[in-house]
Amino acid sequence: MTSMTRLTDRELARKSIEYRRDALRVIMHAGAGHTGGSLSCLDILNVLYNRVLRISPANWHDLTRDRYVQSKGHSVEALYVVLADKGFFPREAIDTLCQYRSPFIGHPTRKVPGIEMNTGGLGHGLPICVGMAIAAQRDATGTRVFTLLGDGELAEGSNWEGAMAAPHQRLDNLTAIVDHNRLQITGPTREVCSNEPLDAKFAAFGWCVRQVDGHDLVALERAFTEPGPEGVPVCVIADTIKGRGVSFMEGVLKWHHGVPSPEEFARAEAEFERRLAAWEASP
Amino acid sequence: MSAPAPSMYSPAARSVAQRLGLTMGRANLEAFADTLLELARDDRRVMAVTSDSRGSGKLGPFGQALPDQLVEVGIAEQNLVGIAAGLAACGKKPFATSPACFLAARALEQVKNDICYSDVPAVVVGISAGVSYGALGSTHHSLHDIAALRAIHNIAIVAPADNAETRDAVRAAAASARPVYLRFGKAAMYDLPAGDGPPFTLGRSRRLREGRDAALISTGETVIHAVLAAALLAGEGIACRVLSMPTIRPLDEEAVRAAGRECGLVLTVEEHSIHGGLGEACAAVLMQGGVAVPFAIVGLPDVDTVTGSQADIFRHYGITMEGLADRVRSMRR
Repeated sequence: MTSMTRLTDRELARKSIEYRRDALRVIMHAGAGHTGGSLSCLDILNVLYNRVLRISPANWHDLTRDRYVQSKGHSVEALYVVLADKGFFPREAIDTLCQYRSPFIGHPTRKVPGIEMNTGGLGHGLPICVGMAIAAQRDATGTRVFTLLGDGELAEGSNWEGAMAAPHQRLDNLTAIVDHNRLQITGPTREVCSNEPLDAKFAAFGWCVRQVDGHDLVALERAFTEPGPEGVPVCVIADTIKGRGVSFMEGVLKWHHGVPSPEEFARAEAEFERRLAAWEASP
Repeated sequence: MSAPAPSMYSPAARSVAQRLGLTMGRANLEAFADTLLELARDDRRVMAVTSDSRGSGKLGPFGQALPDQLVEVGIAEQNLVGIAAGLAACGKKPFATSPACFLAARALEQVKNDICYSDVPAVVVGISAGVSYGALGSTHHSLHDIAALRAIHNIAIVAPADNAETRDAVRAAAASARPVYLRFGKAAMYDLPAGDGPPFTLGRSRRLREGRDAALISTGETVIHAVLAAALLAGEGIACRVLSMPTIRPLDEEAVRAAGRECGLVLTVEEHSIHGGLGEACAAVLMQGGVAVPFAIVGLPDVDTVTGSQADIFRHYGITMEGLADRVRSMRR
């Protein structure tokens, strides 16, 4: 289990490649999954679970640990891969994804160790996390609470109820991360129902907004760990690319929940091999 | 000066209540608020979560006494329930309090997913339920909440009949490790007879009167009318069993079957749509238990609900001592 040792920046970079390769393998094996969004959020999950969150199998029953709620629940394959790597369950367990009676279904459920709340309906994570952050604030536990929102998800009005409440409650222990990949199932979010300018919206609601390259591990860590103003929740808008890491999937709509053909899968595997070789050769 | 609010009870009903020695208590909502404050003083995990509903939920004193245990979210019921789920997941015992009409509709998905499906020990408190807000119209009526929640797995549904049942129900909800929905009206309620069974238990009915000619099974603020109707009918030689069914889920199925078998006639009464509530729950138990007896459901029919006060609406649909007694008499003919 690697959860106790801090990875070097170089090791962290390798994790991102391995996680992406594994998420695609999971989806291929199951014949189903939300490919594009899993690939877009994996650098975020990598930094959270390997650098930021005080969450591990060892402290899971400690009420004062940190919390992570994946509001964009459909990108659960990415979360399964990271939780397996953190030692919450054996990697082989994920191979039951979507099979009869498997707890590994297409959205997060608490039947899977390491999963905080059952999500899947969009617009639920932020209000839940406001509640978690209030609990931590009232008891001064030092708990930090993170949620990952999809940018298409932000059309759900309940997000904005949560967004209004968090600064009012002075929840500086709360970080909302937007996986800003700009694509949803129907098309570009700007064309479906634009939520731009996102930064100005969260700022107007009273959040400390940080817009970063959602694939820059160092920038993500800084955005998640640098203290914001006292009493102000932090919104990290992570600019990402849907399908990130597989050249022919990047920014292509059909990979929202597309499953690769055997030929496409082989091409993707070859790309991951090349990336890993390049990583080996890098200083 | 405005006209005095019409009474829920006819002069005849009042005199029956007097003859039974029943005294008028307070609104169940007030008993709820007092009990919650008592519990919260002893256990700081107990919290009230309100959506600009502190006044209507009688939780002003709670907020003054224990400000750290109250969360005000503003008029945002989805957020109310989501926040309550988050609190519960972090070891708190939240009572998310809002008018039932909004909780079980606008916030239904949060109740279903964030509380029931995630299985966190939150309590959802639907206040001013049924037609408590009679004259405010259908936007403020909740005739669907029991039906909606009965179709969602993993939440107890509890509608106390009087102040005593309310106090017990609030304590039971606080002690429950699973989700609970509490449903209250805002009218002052008579204190009901203690009955001859065990005290309030989640999932158990309370037998308030015994008789073998007919069974009246009712819940929430309608139970008093069943008690009065049974007393009226007793004077005519018709002995009615009266069951208070504070817990609609889990339902006391054995008591329902026994009522059918032993009384031979069952009338259910509720302040809810006749679809999907207590009545249909009892019908399913009787049919599936092979108990075929004359059976009728009194509640709010599937029509554009008449306007007026709660008392007006109850009278219009026969949810009164007189109305229920008439139904029993006609069913016996």
